[in-house]
Amino acid sequence: MTRLTTGGLIDRTTVLSFSFDGRPYAGHPGDTLASALLANGVHRVATSVNRGRPRGIMAAGVEEASALVQLEAPFPEPMLSATTIELYEGLVARGLPGRGKLADRPDPARYDAIHAHCDVLVVGAGPAGLMAALTAARAGSRVVLVDEQPMVGGSLLGTRGELSDWTATVLAELTSTPEVLVLSRTTAFGYYDDGFVLALQKRTDHLGAAAPDNAARQRIWRLRAKQVILATGAHERPVVFADNDRPGVMLAQAGRTYLNRYGVLAGNRILVFTTNDSAYVAAVELAEAGAEVTVVDPRTDLAPFWAAECARVGIAVRPGHMVTGTTGEERVTGVHLAAYPSGGASATVHCDLLLVSGGWNPTVHLFSQARGKLEYDAELGAFLPVAGLPGAGVVGVRVTGAAAGTVSLAGCLAGGAAEAVAALRDLGVAAQPVAPPPVGTDRVERAGLVLWTVPVEISLDGSDLSDTRFVDLQRDATVGDVLRAAGAGLRSVEHVKRYTTIGTAHDQGKTSGLIASGIMADALGVDMAALGTTTYRPPYASVSFAALAGRDRGAIFDPVRVTAIHSWHIEHGAQFEDVGQWKRPLCYPRRTAFGGLEDLPAAVARETRAARTGVAMLDASTLGKINVQGVDAGEFLDRIYTNIISTLKPGFVRYAVMCGMDGMILDDGTVMRVSDTEFVLTTTTGNAAKVLDWLEEFAQTEWPDLRVHLTSVTEQWATIPVVGPLSRQVIAAVAPALDVSNEAFGFMTWRSAEIAGIEARICRISFSGELAYEVNVPSWYGIAVWQAVFDAGQPYGITPYGTETMHVLRAEKGYPIIGQDTDGTVTPQDLGMSWVVSKKKLDFVGKRSFSRAENLRPDRKHLVGLLPVDRSVLLAEGAQVIADPDVSQLPVVMLGHVTSSYRSVALGGTFGLALVRSGRDRIGERLFAWQDGEVVPVMVTGPVLYDEEGARRDG
Amino acid sequence: MTGSTAVPQHPEFLWRNPEPKPSYDVVVVGGGGHGLATAYYLAKNHGITNVAVLEKGWLAGGNMARNTTIIRSNYLWDESSAIYEHSLKLWEGLEEDLGYPILFSQRGVLNLAHSLQDVRDSVRRVNANRLNGVDAEWVDAAGVKEICPIVNISPDVRYPVLGATYQPRGGIAKHDYVAWGFARRADELGIDLIQNCAVTGLDVIGGKVVGVRTTRGDIATGKVALAAAGHSSVLASMVGLRLPIQSHPLQALVSELLEPVHPTVVMSNAVHVYVSQAHKGELVMGAGIDSFNGYGQRGAFHIIERQMSAALELFPIFARAHLLRTWAGVVDTTPDASPIVGLTPIENLYLNCGWGTGGFKATPGVGWCFAHTVAHDKPHPYNAPFALERFTSGALVDEHGAAAVAH
Repeated sequence: MTRLTTGGLIDRTTVLSFSFDGRPYAGHPGDTLASALLANGVHRVATSVNRGRPRGIMAAGVEEASALVQLEAPFPEPMLSATTIELYEGLVARGLPGRGKLADRPDPARYDAIHAHCDVLVVGAGPAGLMAALTAARAGSRVVLVDEQPMVGGSLLGTRGELSDWTATVLAELTSTPEVLVLSRTTAFGYYDDGFVLALQKRTDHLGAAAPDNAARQRIWRLRAKQVILATGAHERPVVFADNDRPGVMLAQAGRTYLNRYGVLAGNRILVFTTNDSAYVAAVELAEAGAEVTVVDPRTDLAPFWAAECARVGIAVRPGHMVTGTTGEERVTGVHLAAYPSGGASATVHCDLLLVSGGWNPTVHLFSQARGKLEYDAELGAFLPVAGLPGAGVVGVRVTGAAAGTVSLAGCLAGGAAEAVAALRDLGVAAQPVAPPPVGTDRVERAGLVLWTVPVEISLDGSDLSDTRFVDLQRDATVGDVLRAAGAGLRSVEHVKRYTTIGTAHDQGKTSGLIASGIMADALGVDMAALGTTTYRPPYASVSFAALAGRDRGAIFDPVRVTAIHSWHIEHGAQFEDVGQWKRPLCYPRRTAFGGLEDLPAAVARETRAARTGVAMLDASTLGKINVQGVDAGEFLDRIYTNIISTLKPGFVRYAVMCGMDGMILDDGTVMRVSDTEFVLTTTTGNAAKVLDWLEEFAQTEWPDLRVHLTSVTEQWATIPVVGPLSRQVIAAVAPALDVSNEAFGFMTWRSAEIAGIEARICRISFSGELAYEVNVPSWYGIAVWQAVFDAGQPYGITPYGTETMHVLRAEKGYPIIGQDTDGTVTPQDLGMSWVVSKKKLDFVGKRSFSRAENLRPDRKHLVGLLPVDRSVLLAEGAQVIADPDVSQLPVVMLGHVTSSYRSVALGGTFGLALVRSGRDRIGERLFAWQDGEVVPVMVTGPVLYDEEGARRDG
Repeated sequence: MTGSTAVPQHPEFLWRNPEPKPSYDVVVVGGGGHGLATAYYLAKNHGITNVAVLEKGWLAGGNMARNTTIIRSNYLWDESSAIYEHSLKLWEGLEEDLGYPILFSQRGVLNLAHSLQDVRDSVRRVNANRLNGVDAEWVDAAGVKEICPIVNISPDVRYPVLGATYQPRGGIAKHDYVAWGFARRADELGIDLIQNCAVTGLDVIGGKVVGVRTTRGDIATGKVALAAAGHSSVLASMVGLRLPIQSHPLQALVSELLEPVHPTVVMSNAVHVYVSQAHKGELVMGAGIDSFNGYGQRGAFHIIERQMSAALELFPIFARAHLLRTWAGVVDTTPDASPIVGLTPIENLYLNCGWGTGGFKATPGVGWCFAHTVAHDKPHPYNAPFALERFTSGALVDEHGAAAVAH
C-alpha cells in the first residue's frame, strides 16, 4: 500500500469507489484521479498515441503531458489529465491511447457565463497571489482572486503544511471582505485586450453523479479588471534521457506533492535526478517518509546544507552523474547512470520511482497573451516577463512570484504585496503592503544547471524510431525529431514545432516546448534568446466547447422575435417561416373537407384569391422601421436614397431605394413624412439592423454636420396591411371617422385615424397592386386592432395571409424583393426602376458608380418575367437561364437565373421572375431554364404580369 | 506499433537558408502559400529561377499556417469557379507533382442552408456550378444526415437544416505540408527562400519598380510580385498605391485528438461555423471575421463563444470536446469578396491579394496564374477578371451573394 496512514489534505474517513480501466478502486475526498491511482499502486495510466508505449503520471497538475484519460461516468468526456480530475464516488475512467471519444448522446449538463468587474484581479492563490489579494483587499479595492485548485495555497499545498494556518486566516479574511470574490476551481485561461480575462469555473464536476441538475456544471467568468496581477507560479520541467517516458518517471515536485498533499508515497526505492537544489526538499521529505532515496546530480559542487540534510536522512548522493536511461515495462524498474558529462562509468541502479527536475519554467502564458515581452534568462534557463505592463489610466498587467522568476518563498510573499501596492498606485490608491508571515530560511538560493537533455551525440543526422528520448510525450516526439528538423534546414521554433508536432498536444507543450527550443539552440549553436518561444495562445488549459457555448443553445441560440400578433397566428394555425430572427406566418392552412390540412399551394391559392377578389390581411410588423428626426432629416435622406425625399410633404408616403457605394441596391421601403422634421422609414425585415447601421455610419462619420437622429422603432409599431378590392369597406367599418374615399385619401398618402379606439396611422400603399390600407398602431395595441379589423372584415370574408401569398401577389406585379430578386449586383436601372433614381440631385450614395463603364453596358442583367411554355410547370428558384438547351459542351453560357417562381391563380398558371442578360431586349424570346439536368422552355416577358396599367390600386 | 494518428514524416531536407543576393530577376514578397507556389511555378512553368522569396517572419507562418484548410471550387460566378476549379484540378495532382505527402483528402464539402433564401441561393449556385463543369449537388436534410451522420437535422432547433450544397471533390489538405512541399521544390529549382527579411521600401524609377529595400539589405530586381495577404496594403502604400482592402482578424481553433466522428467538411454561413476533423483527429473550426480592422493576429473572445454555440447547434455531440488552442490570421477583404490578381499602375510590379477568408484553397491555382502574369507581364485568362481596375470600371465579381433576407 502506498497510501500513508496519516498526513495530507485528504479525508480518510470517507471512501470513494471508482473504476479505472475496468477495475474497481477506492480513494478519498481530496484525491485527484491521479493521486488515487498512485495510492492504489497504479502507475501505468495511458498508452502513447503513435508508438503504443505505456505511459504514467508525470506531474500533479495541469502541466501533465502523459496521464490522459477518458471519463465514462457519469457522462463521457474525452481527454482529461488524471491530475486535474477531482475524485468522486462512482467515477469511471479509462486510460487513453492518444485520442478521446465523444459521447453518442446529448450532454444533459447546463453551462453558463457571468460577468464580473473589479479593480484588481489576482490570478493564482499561492503565496504571492494571496499577499497581493490581501493587500488590495485591505486597501478597500474590489478584488477578484481566481485559482484552479479547490483550495488556496498554490505551491504550499505540496509542502508539509507550510503556512497552512496563515493561508486559512487569509482566506477567511478575504471571503469575509464584502468587495472581494474568491473563485476556486477556476482557471484563468485567456487574456484579451483591456484587462479582459476569461476563466473557467468547474462548479459541479467534483460531485460526480451527485451534481444537482439545476446548477450549471461549468461557468465562464468574463472578468474585466482595471489591474491584473499574475501570480501563476511555475512548472517544473524534466530533463530528457532515453526511455524517459516510462510510468514511474515523474517530476520531483509532483512526487513531493503526492506525498504531502495526498499522503501517497509513490515509490519505495526512489531515485531523484536533479540539476538544481529545489528537488532536494522532495528527496529529504520522501526519505523521511520511509523511502530509500538516491540523488543523482550532474553538478559536483553540492550545496553544503543539502549535502548535510541528505546525510542526515540517509540519502546516497551521486554528484557529477546523470541518468542516461531507464529499464522496465509497465513501470520503471531501474535507471542507467553515467558520469556527467563524459558518459563514462555507467551503472544501473534499481528503483521503482524516478523523480526528475531540470529547473522551473515560469508560467508566463497569460502575460504573453497580454502582449507582455519575454526575455531569456540564461541562468534560470527560462523565459521571464520583462517587467510588467504597468500603466496609469490603462490596464496594468503585473507578474509576481514564481511566475516572475522569484525563487524564494519570502521573495514571493514580498513580491505579491509589492505588486499589489504598485497596481493600487496606478489606480490612485495609496496602500501599504501587508506584512508577510514569518518563514524559515530558504535553502534554494542558487540557480541550477541548465540541462535540456543529457549529453548525447548532437548530430543533425536525424533519427529513427528507436529513439526513445522523448521531448513531447503526448506526441511521441523525440530529441531525434528535433535534430532532424534542424537538419532539414529549419531555423524557427515555429517550424520545429510544426515539423515535430512538439507542443501541439493537450498540454500545449507546457513542459516540452522550451526543451525543444533548447535542444534546437544547442544543435545549431545559436542563442536561446534569439530563438525565442512559440506563441502562447488562449486557452491556457483546455476548455469544453459546451462551456464556451454557455446558454446560447437550442431555442435561445439566437433570439426569437415575434410580433405583437404572434399568439393570434398560432391560434389560427399559421405555419411559420424564419425570416432573419423573426418568426413570420408563411400561410394559414385550413382544414379541408376531408379533414386534413391544406398544403401550401392550396392555402396560397385561397389566400391570393381573397386578396385579389375580396379582402385579406397581413401581419407586416416585422418590417424594419426607423424614425428619423432633425432639421436636416430631409437632406440626410436625400443623400441616402436614390430619389428625392425632402420634397415629400407631411401626410405623404414615397417608395424609395437606397444603394451601396457600388451603386447596387442595398434596400428599399417606404418613407412616410410625419412632420417637417420627422420621417418614418421602412426597411426589409431581414435588413433592418444593417440599414440602421448604414445610416448611423453616414450620420456619425461622413456627415456629422447634419442634425439628424435615428431610432429603431420596428418593435414599437404593429403594421397590418388590409388588402383587396373590399378593403375600403373594412377600413370604413373600423375607422368610421375616416373619409376613405379615393378623393379624400389618395394613393401614397397617410392619415391619422382612430381604429377600435386606438390612434392609428393608415397609409394608402400597396405591395400587391390592389387597393390597400396599411394600418400602423403602437404594438401594445397590435393584437386588439388586428382582431378589430378581422371582426369588421367578417362580412367580407376577410382572409389572413402569410409571406408566401405576399410574395405571389407582389411577383405578379413585378415588385422585386431585395435579397431575393437582387443579390448585391443589381442596380435600380437593372430592375427597370430608373424612375427612382433622381437626375436632379447633386449627389447621393452610389450615384458616382452609376456612370462607371460596367453600369453603362447595354447588356446588363435585367429583371424580367418568365412564363413557362407549359404553364403547369413550376420553375425552380435558382434555375439557370440559358439560350441553347444543348448543354453537352461545358462550360455553358448562362444568361441569368430564376429569382422567384410561383403558381398564380390570377395568371392561370405558373410564372417566374428572373435576372437575364439584356433581358428587356429579349422580351418575346424563348429561352430555357436549367435545373438539375431538367430543361424548361420559357418565354421572356416584362416583369409586370398582372394589371400592368395599375387600375386596381384605387379600388 | 504505429497508431492511426500518425501522419507521414517530413523529408530529411527542406530548404537552404541562403543569404540574399544583390539582385534577382524576380522578387516575390511574401513567403506564404501563394508566394511559394508562385515561385515554384515561375521556375517550373516559365524557367525563371533567379528568384527570391522574401518572408518577414518564418516561411508560411501567416495565413498559410492559420487557415482551416478547406478546399472547394463551388463558387457562384463563372470567373470565380474557373480559377478555383483550376486550382482544385491542380490539387488533385499536387501530391505527385510536389513529391510531398500533402494529405489532400477529397472528403466532400457541405454548405448548409437554413432559410428559404439560403435554399434559393444554394440551388442557384449548384446549377451554375454544374453548367460550369464543377461537381455540385443539392441535398435535402436527410441527404445531409447521410453524408454526415452527426449533423443535427431536427426541425426543432432554432435554424433547422433545410438542405445543403455538396461538392464531393472538395476536402482538406495539411497546410504546412502544402507550403513546405512548394518551398522544397522551389528551393530545389534554385530559388532563394529568404526568411526574417522584411521589405521596408520599393524603389521605383520612371514608373518602373527596380528594387526592394529590406531589413537584410537592398536587392535589385527586374520584377516584384506582391503576395502578402493581410499586409498588402502596407506594401502597396510604399509606392503610393491605395488598395481597396480591409484587413481583419479571422480566428480559428482546434480541439484535442478525437476518434473519427466527422467524415466530411461542414460549413454554415447562417449559423456561422465551419468544421472538419483533421487527419490526426482534432476538430478544426472557424467562423466569421472579427468586425474590426487590424493587423494583430488575435481576435475577440465573443467570436469564439458564438462559434461554439453554433457548432453545438449543428453537432450536439461536440459538447464535451475541448478547445486546446485559438489563433487568428489577418485576412485581406475586398469590396466584392473576390481577389485582386494582376498588373498594377507601376511597371513590373504585380499584385496578388484580397483573397480574404478563402486563399488557402486557391494556393496552387493562383500560384500558377500569378506566375504566368509575372512571366508574361500579362494576366492569365483565369485571373484577368480579377484586375485592380474592376473597382473603377465596376466589373465586380461579387461573391457576397444575397446578403439580405426577404421581406
